[in-house]
Amino acid sequence: MDESIYLDEARDPLIIAEGWMKDGKDVAIATVVETWGSAPRPVGSHLVIDAEGNFHGSVSGGCVEGAVVTEAIDVIGSGKARMLEFGVADETAWQVGLSCGGRIKVYVERLG
Amino acid sequence: MDPFVLKTLNEERRARRAAVLVTDLGDGRDRIVREGDHVAGELGAAIASAFRTGNSRSVEAEGRTFFLNAHLPRPRLVVIGAVHISQALAPMARIAGYPVEIIDPRTAFATPERFPDVALHAEWPEDVLKRAPLDSYTALAAVTHDPKIDDFALKAALDARCFYVGALGSRKTHAKRVERLLALGSGADQIARIHAPIGLDIGAASPAEIAVAVLAQTIHAFRSRGLEASASAQTSEPILEKHDA
Repeated sequence: MDESIYLDEARDPLIIAEGWMKDGKDVAIATVVETWGSAPRPVGSHLVIDAEGNFHGSVSGGCVEGAVVTEAIDVIGSGKARMLEFGVADETAWQVGLSCGGRIKVYVERLG
Repeated sequence: MDPFVLKTLNEERRARRAAVLVTDLGDGRDRIVREGDHVAGELGAAIASAFRTGNSRSVEAEGRTFFLNAHLPRPRLVVIGAVHISQALAPMARIAGYPVEIIDPRTAFATPERFPDVALHAEWPEDVLKRAPLDSYTALAAVTHDPKIDDFALKAALDARCFYVGALGSRKTHAKRVERLLALGSGADQIARIHAPIGLDIGAASPAEIAVAVLAQTIHAFRSRGLEASASAQTSEPILEKHDA
């Protein structure tokens, strides 16, 4: 259990995003905006991504981060926000999904 | 996300102040709402609920879809007094999600042997609170029975608008305490916020039971933050202490 009452500056995604912005990097912010069933990360969780594909934080237990990073790089390029939806992984198809059986909606937007 | 919005949001979070980030999922526009800011209508009601519960969610309001991301500082409990009650209170509060700090200048009481795994300060509250000030996401329970130790911390808690302030002692003890706090410059309406005798009235007898009563009262105070203010705005009646047990 994280018991600190102060922000963990080295790991907090929104603090890291601000730092990247100050360094002149292009940044996207992904946010879990809805969950159904068992979802690994709660609504409001963030993944932040830069144009090179570096990322911090999480929107799932590692199941869909790869796909979110790819989409985020597109969002950084176009400036247009996207809503992504992930459900149960279909094992017969090469498709990302959540093995926990939940569904999540992730909003990906560019910073600035 | 607007860069200025991100910067402002991080400033609020660093300062342990609550904020809700409101994003219009249709056009991506966002803004920060601080606790106490007035927002009208359905959206305002949803934002008020986000502040109270700390839950983030999407809401439909005014024909649009908004995402409300609630950023609440983690609540904590500062206990003045390394006494028997505190020994039970510290682990229980931590399990309930309220990290605890214990302050007591009496080095015979404030020992790591009596308080393993707790942030413990064998110092005067004056010195500790100067370094780590109280705030509105902190609860303070004063349980030493000693005015020299409790009073400064109680006044600091009232001034910092701690979401919960409780003080151990009988009604008679509290009546004397009220006089002392008035003399220290606290207002009568401020002093009325102190829960004394401390704890929900569950008939607690042992130190551990009193700890349960204090923790329950702390949780209730946290989860009903802001409700009293909105109730008084509607009725303009004086607010009665709900737990004047």
